[in-house]
Amino acid sequence: METLSAVLVEPFVAIAEAPMFFFEVLIGGLLSGVMYALVALGFVLIFKASGVFNFAQGAMVLFAALFFVGFIDLGWPIWLSLVVTVGVMVLLALVIERAVLRPLVNQDPIILFMATIGITFFLDGFGQTLWGSDVRRLDIGIPDDPLIVAGLYVNQFDIYAAVICGLLVLGLALFFQFTPTGRALRAVADDHQAAMSVGVPLNVIWAIVWTVAGIVGLVAGIMWGAKLGVQFNLALIALKALPVLILGGFTSVPGAIVGGLIIGAGEKVAEVFWGEVLGGAIEDWFAYMLAMVFLLFRPQGLFGEKIIERV
Amino acid sequence: MSTATLERNGVADQSAAEPLLSVNNIEVVYDHVILVLKGVSLQVPKGGIVALLGANGAGKSTTLKAISTLLGSERGEVTKGSITLAGETVHHLTPTQLVRRGVVQVMEGRHCFEHLTVEENLLTGAYTRRDGSAAIRRDLEMVYHYFPRLRERRKALAGYTSGGEQQMCAIGRALMARPRVVLLDEPSMGLAPQLVEEIFEIVAKLNSEEHVTFLLAEQNTNMALRYARFGYVLENGRVVLDGDAESLRNNEDVKEFYLGLGSSGRRSFREIKSYKRRKRWL
Ligand SMILES: Nc1ncnc2c1ncn2[C@@H]1O[C@H](COP(=O)(O)OP(=O)(O)OP(=O)(O)O)[C@@H](O)[C@H]1O
Ligand SMILES: [Mg+2]
Repeated sequence: METLSAVLVEPFVAIAEAPMFFFEVLIGGLLSGVMYALVALGFVLIFKASGVFNFAQGAMVLFAALFFVGFIDLGWPIWLSLVVTVGVMVLLALVIERAVLRPLVNQDPIILFMATIGITFFLDGFGQTLWGSDVRRLDIGIPDDPLIVAGLYVNQFDIYAAVICGLLVLGLALFFQFTPTGRALRAVADDHQAAMSVGVPLNVIWAIVWTVAGIVGLVAGIMWGAKLGVQFNLALIALKALPVLILGGFTSVPGAIVGGLIIGAGEKVAEVFWGEVLGGAIEDWFAYMLAMVFLLFRPQGLFGEKIIERV
Repeated sequence: MSTATLERNGVADQSAAEPLLSVNNIEVVYDHVILVLKGVSLQVPKGGIVALLGANGAGKSTTLKAISTLLGSERGEVTKGSITLAGETVHHLTPTQLVRRGVVQVMEGRHCFEHLTVEENLLTGAYTRRDGSAAIRRDLEMVYHYFPRLRERRKALAGYTSGGEQQMCAIGRALMARPRVVLLDEPSMGLAPQLVEEIFEIVAKLNSEEHVTFLLAEQNTNMALRYARFGYVLENGRVVLDGDAESLRNNEDVKEFYLGLGSSGRRSFREIKSYKRRKRWL
C-alpha cells in the first residue's frame, strides 16, 4: 500500500506542489531529447533511402566528434575544424558506398546490417587509434549557465543546442521538399526500382544520404561532446536512438523528432520524480522500458509509414 | 510503282539498315541458374510501335528489363548475345546511362512514387536532364497536354490516384526524361477497356506527334496489334513468330491462342506440327 502510494500518488503531489520545478525538469528533458532525435534522424534517413539498418550511426557520432575535437586541439579555429570534419564525413560516406554498399547491393538486409556492424568496429577503432581514447573536453564557446526564462531556470547550452538542431532539421526538411536531389531521395525511399527506371543513380543517392547522416551525426556529436566531453560513451548514448526509433517508427522523420522529445522528457521527469522510490538510475533504462511497451501495443511506432491503401 | 509503295520501301530499307534498338539473340539468366530468355532477337525501328506479345511468364518483362538493364537489380544477367542502340552496344551500361541515351522503361504495375505528388512524380522523371528548368517546365506542359487528367490531379499524392491515373503518371514520368524509345510494360494491366483504349490512343499520338518510339509488352494482343505496326510473339523465352501487325492479326494461330478466336484446345505453337519454327542466328 505504502509503496503503491509512493509510486502512484506522491510524485504527482510533488508535481502539483511545485509546477514550476516540474516545467524546468520537463524543458530540460525536451532539450536533451532534441539530441536523441538528431541521432535517430540519421538512422531514419539511411533506413528510408536504402532499407539498411545502420548500426554504425552511433559510431559515426563518435567518429565525427573525435575528428572535430582533434582538429580543435591542434589549434585550428572552430570554423575550419567544422569544414574539414564535414569533408571527412563526406569522404567516409563515399568510401562506405564504394567499399561496402556497392559490392553488397541486392543482398539480404541482414547482410547489410552485419556490414554496418563491421563499419562500427572500424569507426570506433580507427577514430580512437588516430585520436586516442582519453576523454577530451570540447569547448565551442556556448555558455553553460542557467538562464531565467519566464521565471523558469533553463540551461542556456540546451537552448542553443535545441535551436541549432531545430535549424538543421528545418534545413533538411527544405532540402527534401524543394530540391531535385531531395525529391529524388524521397522517390528512392518510396520505390527504388521505379527511381532507377527513370535514371536516378542509387549509388549517388546512397552516398548523399550517408553524407547527410554523417553531418547530422557530427552535429549531434558536437553537442553531446560539448556537454559530456568527447569519449567512447558517445557511441553508447547514441544507442538511445534505438528506443526513439521504436517509438517514432523507423521510416518517419517527424517520428524520430517526436520520439526523441518524448524519451528525453520522459526519462528526466521519471528520474527526478520517481527516482527515489524506484531506486534511481531510471534514466538508464526508462527509454528501453518505454520502447518495450510500444513494441507490445504499437509496433509500427507513433508515426510508422502511412501505408497508402486505396479501396 | 506508286509513290506510296516507294516511300514504304524506303522506310523499310532504312530501318533494316539500322534499327534504333536491336536485340540480338540474348540469353538471360536469373540468380545465375534460372535460364529465362533462350535467344531472343528483335528490332525496333526509329519512330515505330513494336508489340511484344506472349502469355504469362513468356519473358516479355524480362526482355524489356534486359534492354533497360534494370535486370541487374533483380539478380538477372544477359549471358549471351548483345543489345545495341543506334549501333552502340548498351547491355553493359547502367540504367542511368541508358536513360541518358534515351531509353526509359515504364515498369509493369505502374510503380508510381506513392508519397510524392503527381507533379513531383513527373519532375523526378527529369532527374537525369541537364538542359535547364525552362525546358523541363515545357515538357511538363507537354505531358499535361497529352494527359489532361494529370493536370487536374497534379497536387494529389500519386498513391491516392486511380489505377488509370497512375498508369498515365508512369508514362508521363518516363516522357519527362525526353526518351527516344519508351519500353512500355503492360499498360493495360488491371484497367477498364475504355481506359485501356484511352491510353493506347495517347501512345499513338505521342508516337506520331512527338516521335517517341515504343516497344510495348502486352498480353492484350488485340489492343496491342491495333496500335503496333510490328509484333513479336514470345513463348517460353523464345520468339516463335513475328510479322507486321496486319499479318499477325490474320494469323490463324495468333487468332487461336492470343485473340481468343480459335476453336480447338491447342496450347502452344510448339504443338502445332505444321508450324515451322524460324531458325535464327545459326
Ligand atoms: N527476379 C526473378 N528471379 C527469377 N525468376 C524470374 C524473375 N523474374 C522473372 N522470373 C521468371 O522469368 C520468367 C519470365 O518472366 P517475365 O516477368 O519476363 O514474364 P512476362 O512475359 O512479363 O509475364 P507477365 O505477362 O506475367 O508479366 C517467369 O517464369 C518468371 O518466373
Ligand atoms: Mg511481365
